Amino acid sequence: MSNGAEEGYSAAGEVGLLRTRRSLRANIWRGLKSAPPTALFGMTIISIYVFFALFAPLLAPHGEAEIFPIAYAPWGEEFLFGTDQLGRDVLSRLIYGARNTVGIAVATTLLAFLIGGSLGITAAISLGWVDNLISRAVDVLMAIPSLIFALILISIFGATVPNLIIIIAVLDATRVFRISRAVSLNVVVMDYVEAAKLRGEGLGWIMRREILPNIMPPLIAEFGLRFCFVFLTIAALSFLGVGIQPPTADWGSMVRENAGLIQFAEYDITAALTPMLPAAAIALLTVAVNFVVDWFLHKSSGLRDEH
Amino acid sequence: MSVDHKGQIGDVLLEMRGIVIDGYSDDRWHEIIKGVDVVLKRGEIMGVIGESGAGKSTLGLAAMGFAQPGCKINGGSIIFDGIDLMKASEDEKCKLRGSRIAYVAQSASASFNPAHRLIDQTIESAVRHGIMPENEAKADARKLYRDLQLPDPDSIGERYPHQVSGGQLQRVMTAMAMSPRPDLIIFDEPTTALDVTTQVEVLAAMREIVENYNTAAIYITHDLAVVAQMADVIKVLRYGETVEDADTRKMLTNPEKEYTQSLWSVRSIVKEEEVSQDIVLKVDRVDASYTGSVKVLDDVTIEVPRGHTVAVVGESGSGKSTAARAITGLLPPSKGQILFNGEPLPPALKDRSIEQLQKIQMIYQMADTAMNPRHTVRDIIGRPLEFYLGLRGKERDQRLLELLNMIELDDSFIDRLPAELSGGQKQRICIARALAANPDLIICDEVTSALDQIVQKGILQLLLRLQEEFGLTYIFITHDIATVKAISDQIVVMLEGRVVEQGMKSEILAPPYPDYTKLLLSSVPEMDPDWLTGLLKERAKEQPPV
Repeated sequence: MSNGAEEGYSAAGEVGLLRTRRSLRANIWRGLKSAPPTALFGMTIISIYVFFALFAPLLAPHGEAEIFPIAYAPWGEEFLFGTDQLGRDVLSRLIYGARNTVGIAVATTLLAFLIGGSLGITAAISLGWVDNLISRAVDVLMAIPSLIFALILISIFGATVPNLIIIIAVLDATRVFRISRAVSLNVVVMDYVEAAKLRGEGLGWIMRREILPNIMPPLIAEFGLRFCFVFLTIAALSFLGVGIQPPTADWGSMVRENAGLIQFAEYDITAALTPMLPAAAIALLTVAVNFVVDWFLHKSSGLRDEH
Repeated sequence: MSVDHKGQIGDVLLEMRGIVIDGYSDDRWHEIIKGVDVVLKRGEIMGVIGESGAGKSTLGLAAMGFAQPGCKINGGSIIFDGIDLMKASEDEKCKLRGSRIAYVAQSASASFNPAHRLIDQTIESAVRHGIMPENEAKADARKLYRDLQLPDPDSIGERYPHQVSGGQLQRVMTAMAMSPRPDLIIFDEPTTALDVTTQVEVLAAMREIVENYNTAAIYITHDLAVVAQMADVIKVLRYGETVEDADTRKMLTNPEKEYTQSLWSVRSIVKEEEVSQDIVLKVDRVDASYTGSVKVLDDVTIEVPRGHTVAVVGESGSGKSTAARAITGLLPPSKGQILFNGEPLPPALKDRSIEQLQKIQMIYQMADTAMNPRHTVRDIIGRPLEFYLGLRGKERDQRLLELLNMIELDDSFIDRLPAELSGGQKQRICIARALAANPDLIICDEVTSALDQIVQKGILQLLLRLQEEFGLTYIFITHDIATVKAISDQIVVMLEGRVVEQGMKSEILAPPYPDYTKLLLSSVPEMDPDWLTGLLKERAKEQPPV
């Protein structure tokens, strides 16, 4: 054996098809450039909502619960979209509604992911009786139609915002549990998880450092979808009168309170549109979030466009 | 031997000139194959060898006028029996594929449809191309099964893919390729996934059938010893270019290029064995099972002397890896105990102390799955430093650089992710992770079997050097006898969960052998084109066919 090959060989210089490293910012920029128009549209809409939610007090022409003497004022200069049954400015309430409805929905979704995600990963790592116990408990929760279940629980515990958040989060966590358990199962069989166990790492470290980073893409996609459902549930509960309570502005209850105006469509089309506005706000946000989620799902599924 | 009516032996069947193939990755087109010529005569077998990424498979597929998604054939000419495949329409090429050109893939289990019987899949292309009516094709398939020495050739075709073993499935796939009596078969690493003992049977069967039916073949592999048994001529590829073209015998005895020699470089490492009485680990009469009923380990006793290497060999399913799982505590033994430095280890992982865990480290076969793809090298090697030794910040980074240095990588690797490393570099990082814990014993589970020969050699030399410097003890699980020769002091041969033979390397590798050890040793292909022929003759003498 000659030594020629040996001299020419060094581990550091070993040839492999290496991915060149990009900075985070470059990656984000690349991702944005390749985003389809639907995703860009979705992102624009979401940014506008966030903007309104953050700066509601500055942007709203009137106060959230400020009552003016004219109820059901028509659309006009002072009240762009008129006033509601108590004489509150509809536009202002729409803007504050973004803050309340979206804010509560985000908080609820986050809490649902915290509960469902950690239980799901725990079940996937532990398996055995721990997994069985959590999974069956989740099955029981899922067997009851969630809207009705939520209605019952809210009736029992009272319709306060914290109760609303916790109850919807717990019920939605069941879905998050299922997906995070399923994707974690694919990760826990990896050798690096075994290596961490052999090293003597605790459950928390394995969950946070070994598994969580590897199941992020499907979870983020699920976050978008879950957010839509939570949002709709809150709107539905508010519409039914047990959700966000007056005088807090909220799109679901705004639809309910002004729903009667629809019958005046033949006399004044703008009056009929008043209850449609919050409904449209809900619909638009849901569509926008779904556009972004679809794009993200496509990216994270690893499907490559054929060249 | 029948001569095909389509042509005479010695005619050129396939002529590829100046083939250029581009592949798309990282948003750019790269040349994968850079102007390679292939000339194959009827009835000739060409071996194509090279390390991974050399473009072997891409070239093999191009012989059918096919490029994988993400690849395109950009130049050159491919003439198959007078038909220009570069100009032929998709329809014309489809007619050729599966009837006159067939392809045998590496993983037979992934290539069969699990929902159909084997025989229906075997004859599918012959029937669909209208070469034979179904009854005739089925009779012919049974004949092929017999030629390929499959057990129970008349009824094996009625089984489903999961009902036969991997080696049998690979032979059925060869029958499937032979069924339409193609002029050319492309074998893409057909035995790489098989055990050595199975590999010999499959190789012999494939060689015989290809010779009997006078089929030309392109045999793609990274194992020169295997190709030596099959091929008339050998082509060595590297970085998409031809390194060397020669007759098999000439290539083996007198290769022109140094690179060609490096392809069998593991075989050039020789380790002098040493005797030692200082036992660091003793596996004492251990039984273990996964389900409770079937014993995967049956009364296994292994002694590991300090500072030395014990190689555990055997085919897959022999319990090698299970033994490692028992030692690490992942699979608590149902009987017996494991003594480490004279102290019994608690059977289950969760009962062991951090110090006990620290002293036994493990390196895995697939470095890809052994490292978290989202952690950088700093996280991967730094974690055991923090966890076991409590090193933080500067101290930790200092030690990290020392470790990187030990595994012959420089500090530019410190912030890379596993995806940014080559196969050999990944395995080195895994070694560094094990070293970081300052262990007494490292269990190496097939650590080199996923790597190319030249990279294997580097890893083995590194392990040997580290053993010398730090007095490490290795348990080396492998099925590759060349690796065993290169690294071990002692050998443990396992079969069906039991230890068949155990002793110093020189004792085990010298006659007289117990039956199984002999089968295992004799099945390892040697760098000699007559090896397979000789082996088959010898085995036939011992066991006259029934």
